[in-house]
This record gives sequence, C-alpha cells and structure tokens, in this order.
Amino acid sequence: MANPKPENSKARTLTIDPVTRLEGHAKITLHLDDKGRVADARFHVTEFRGFEKFCDGRPLWEMPGITGRICGICPVSHLLASAKAGDEILAVAVPSAATKLRRLMNLGQIVQSHALSFFHLSAPDLLLGMDSEPASRNVFGLMAAEPELARGGIRLRQFGQEIIESLGGKKIHPCWAVPGGVRGQLVDAKRTAMQDRIPEALRTAREALALFQKLASKFEEEAAALGDFPSLFMGLVGEDGTWEHYDGTLRFVDATGSLVADGLDPRDYRSFIGEATESWSYLKFPYYRDHGYPDGMYRVGPLARLNLCERMGTPLADEAWQQFRDTAGGKPVTSSFYYHYARLVEMVGAIERIEILLDDPEILSDQIRSNAGVNRLRGVGVSEAPRGTLFHDYTVDEHGLIEKTNMIIATGQNNLAMNRTVLQAAQHYITGNTIPEGLLNRIEAGVRAFDPCLSCSTHAFGQMPLQVALYGPEGGKLDERTRD
Amino acid sequence: MKVTTLKINGQLVSASPGATVLEAARENGVEIPTLCELEGISNVGACRLCLVEIAGSPRLQPACVTEAAEEMEVQTDTERLKRYRRMTLELLFAERNHVCPVCVANGHCELQNRARENGMDHVRFPYQHPDLPVDITHDRFGVDHNRCILCTRCVRVCDEVEGAHTWDLSGRGTQSIVITDLNQPWGEADTCTTCGKCVEACPTGAIFRKGSTVCEMEHRRDRIRFITDARKKQEWNP
Repeated sequence: MANPKPENSKARTLTIDPVTRLEGHAKITLHLDDKGRVADARFHVTEFRGFEKFCDGRPLWEMPGITGRICGICPVSHLLASAKAGDEILAVAVPSAATKLRRLMNLGQIVQSHALSFFHLSAPDLLLGMDSEPASRNVFGLMAAEPELARGGIRLRQFGQEIIESLGGKKIHPCWAVPGGVRGQLVDAKRTAMQDRIPEALRTAREALALFQKLASKFEEEAAALGDFPSLFMGLVGEDGTWEHYDGTLRFVDATGSLVADGLDPRDYRSFIGEATESWSYLKFPYYRDHGYPDGMYRVGPLARLNLCERMGTPLADEAWQQFRDTAGGKPVTSSFYYHYARLVEMVGAIERIEILLDDPEILSDQIRSNAGVNRLRGVGVSEAPRGTLFHDYTVDEHGLIEKTNMIIATGQNNLAMNRTVLQAAQHYITGNTIPEGLLNRIEAGVRAFDPCLSCSTHAFGQMPLQVALYGPEGGKLDERTRD
Repeated sequence: MKVTTLKINGQLVSASPGATVLEAARENGVEIPTLCELEGISNVGACRLCLVEIAGSPRLQPACVTEAAEEMEVQTDTERLKRYRRMTLELLFAERNHVCPVCVANGHCELQNRARENGMDHVRFPYQHPDLPVDITHDRFGVDHNRCILCTRCVRVCDEVEGAHTWDLSGRGTQSIVITDLNQPWGEADTCTTCGKCVEACPTGAIFRKGSTVCEMEHRRDRIRFITDARKKQEWNP
C-alpha cells in the first residue's frame, strides 16, 4: 500500500472502516508523512459482484429484470438503461407513450433516490451538525429533532416510490421496461392519485431547497474542504442545452464552463471514456480519454448535470438553477459539497416534469410496446441515474443470447473525484496523530455528498459500512476507526 | 361397473374403476402435491412429489401411477411425507439454477408454488450450479435447461397429443437433458410443428415464448386437457 519508507520515519496510515450512511461497503485510508501531515488518501471499495459474468448466455429480453437486481435503491436506472440497450438491438421505434412512461418512472426514481440521500443520509450532518452525537446522527435523530422535516422527507420519497409502483406494479425491482417499450400502461385512477400528491411533494422539495440555501453559509468551510477542485463534468443534455435525464447527447464542460466536447453520441462512449483499474479498489476509474489518466477526471450526477446544462426547462427549477449557478458567479459550481444543493434543485425540476407528463393525455395510451427480433448485434443504452450517467453495453449472438456485457456506473465515474475529495478533506482536517470523531465524519461526509452507490458500481454485495486507517511512511498502521 | 372402496387419511371413499390413488384422492377432495403430472397426458411418476403411504407396503408409492385397490389404506399428509416432499423440492432447486427473481415464469411457476405450499423455505443441499445452455434458435420459443426439472411433460405432450415426438430425453442421472430431434438446436428440429403445446405444458420457466421478459411467461396448462377432452368427445367431428 505505502511505499517503503526509512526505518526511523514517523509516517503512518489511518483507516476509516466502514464508511457509514452510504449505499455499499467502503473504507478510507489516510497516509501521513513524518510530520503527521496527510500525504495521500484513498477511497477503497472493498467488494465485488460480477454481474457482467453471470449475464453471459442469458436471453436479451431477461436483461432488464436481471440488471435491475444490481441495486435496490436505483433499480429503475438499470431497468431503463437495459431496456434502451435492448431497443437498440431490436432496432425498433419505441412508441411515444412508452418513452413518456419511461421518463415518468425515471423522474419518480430521481425524486425518491434524492430524497433518500438528502433526508435520510445527509440531513443528519447538515441539521444536527457534523460534530453531533454519532448515536443519534441518523434519520431517527432527525425525526426526534426535526419531526416535520423528517416526515416531509419520508413522504417525498414515498411519492417517488409510488410513481414507480403505479407503473411497474412494485416499488423495488419492477420488471416493467422491456426492449421495445414498457409492459403495462398507466390507468387513470393511478394518474389521479399521483397528481393529488404533487402539491405536497413540490412544497416539501422547495422547503428543503430553501433550508439548504439558508444553511449554506454555516458550511462554508466544508464547502471549501469537501471536494472543491476543478474537474470536467459530464452528463446527458437535451438538444437545446436543457437539463436531460433519459435521452439526448453527452456533453463535457470544464471547471470554467467551457465546452470540452458536445453532441457526443452516447453509443460511442468507448471513443471518449477510458476505464483504468487500481489494485487497491474493486471500483474502476473511468476518465476522459483526450485528457488521459488520471488527468481526465470528470464528475457526473446532479452537480455535473446542473453545471453543464443551460436551463432546467421548468419555471421553479429554472429559478433555483439560476440561484445555484449564481453561487459560483454563473460558472460551474466546483465544490462536491454542493451535490446536495444540486440534488434539491433536481427534485424540484423532476416534480414539475412529473406534473407535465401526467397532464399529457398520451400518458394513458395503450400503444406502449414494439415487438421485433434481433436486428443488430450490439446495443448501448444510456440514461441519467440519480447519481449520474449510466451505460449498459450488450453484444448478442444472432438469436439474442448475451455474449458480452459492459456497464459503466455513475458512482464509478466519480471515483477519481471521490478520491480527490477524501484527500482534500483529510489534508484540511487531519493535523495530528489522532482523529477526533467529528473530523472523521467530515471526511465521510465528503464521500456522502456524492451519494455513491457502491453496490451498483462494483456490483458489491452487502450493506453499507466504512473504515479509516492511519499509516506511517514505513507502512505501519498507527490508528484505525471502524464502524459496523 | 363396480367402484373401488378404499380409505384415504382414515376416511372411507369410493373411486372410479381403474382410477389411480391420485385420481381417487382428487375425486374425494383430497389434495396431493404434483409436478410432473398434467391432466390430458399419461403419468410417469418422475417427480416423486405425490408419494403416499400405503398400509402394508414398506415403500412410499407415487399416487399418480398407483392404481387404487379395494380396501387399500392410504395416508397422504403424514409428517414423514411432508419431510420427504420438502426434501424432494430442495433437491430439485439444488440440482439446477432456479433463480426465481430473474425468471420469466416468476409468479407463474408450479415449482415455485409447490415450494411455497410445502413449506420449503431454504435449501439444505449444496447447489450444483451446472453450466447448462439456453437454446433460443427456434423462431418463437426457447428452452433454458437451467430451469428444467426433467418432468418430461414436453416429451409426453409432443408425442401423445401433437404426435410429433420432437422432444425426448438424452443422458442418464445428473447428465439427463431434454433434447429436440437428434439433439439438434430446436430451430433445426424438422419434426417440430411449432404448435406450442410443450410451452403451455412446462411447469417452470424452462420452455418459454421467445421475447418473454422476467415474470411475464404465463403457461396455459389447462389447454392440454381441453384438447384431449374435446378429441375424446369428438367435439370437433359431430
């Protein structure tokens, strides 16, 4: 892990294991030099799942159902990317109503996942304080301290989940989007039930946004220390530069807001995204090819989407987006801490878009699925998952059996940036040989801002924990904090 | 025509002449779990789920191929039978790759239903995880051997009802596998009439309509009985 160091060196390594309140298993190691300063920091993802292997030989049509099982938080993202890869292989035109229904489900997914990230996982840090008692620094502590906010957040997540259930029959792992379209239409009674909940959902999302804007001044130190650095940003964008979550083309912008690449066909992702690996993590390190590894670091997800679009496309979200961008003088917002802010803006926009889709008479159409055999041997499906751009790339034989699968998951694309964030946070907060718990939590909060889904990205198995270890320059472990 | 009189679970019941123990039980409202049995085709006693205890016989007997006899005393629901049925189901699950959540027949599967009804909540035997092929060379249908329980319904329905005999068994023991024609890809099996009876008869997701997605494959298993009844009664040739 650490390079060989002189025997008399006082350098050491510190380990945080497990990292808490994120989806998946990870640990952080901090490598200190002779003077106790942080020389290097690594975010290790410690599990592996291997979906690419056991999809081999399966019929194409089963892939949405199989890959949806990668994640219990964002099964819809995999379902949609997989169905879109299937559309490509069938080479059919997906009925317009089916596209609208898929968009509706993806928006429901974005709302429920963002609500989970903000209210359940990160609000305890933001509202109870980074240094508050760890035993109650969770959603239960939030319920006790801020019952109205916690209730609103839980109901907002439920709203998103119920959109998924209304369309797919169940909240988690609906096998509903399929190659060629979707399997079930929306019935009017369910549409009405969703419409009835929009005012409350929108109110909760806007209140959370206002709360974050108010709190932001208290967290200026965190905003500067938790992952504020220049990087590229990548995401889907609509034809006219509007925020996009399902179709469109890929855009890269740099930290100054300049276009690095635009109008990229997501199907050609291999020509502009490289994938590197490191021996100390199961998570791959994607990078922008033209800038090489690791200089081609880019961020995806809510922060990136808001940094590269030119408008949100709905009134309330546009207003919030403008305020968000104004915090950086109209340039891209470079602090990873503001992923939280971006998530809240996206929630407002997603709810507005849900309302528009539900008002569209075509949403009740029964023309929702196109049938065809295998017309192409390769298909790439891309959509924006809550955490960023998701790629499913399938190669099939002439009958439709999978020969090769490659998936690039949002969290993986943030891997380089998460490592940079951990290093920056550690360099800012760690100054001696012991780690106060509150500082440890700030380093975790740096990772938490990305809302990483490690189970998805590495195809890891299990629940969530993190670990921080402190190592000396000679490699000896000096201190370690573990949480189960 | 003299009926057969026997005891099932201590109750005196009568059965039609020549009826099997399974038929006698059903005629009298007693449920015995089955998997390979399908109304409309012959019985072979392959799955061993319908085993019953018969007084005087040291061995358990499959109800589907044992003829009911005068004064026979049958037990269908003892603790021993329940234990054996759970074990039989566990062995079926352990033998191949039955992964319900990602199966086309999830929610419409007789193996899954029997497991639930018989209290099979876990598998105590090591999963064999065989590496078995999926054949979707046929234009309309596919067969996934990972989900096959070797009940041979496809073999029997193809032979006895359709008269094509496309399906048969190859190999022995754990190497057994259902095959089409001379172990050719299904799409190249000349004898297949594409009638789809094997698809309707299959108890699991092993044989499915091509293009089926997860949870989507519903079999219309009663169609087989419908055809054979109609044929027997000459309903289409008045």
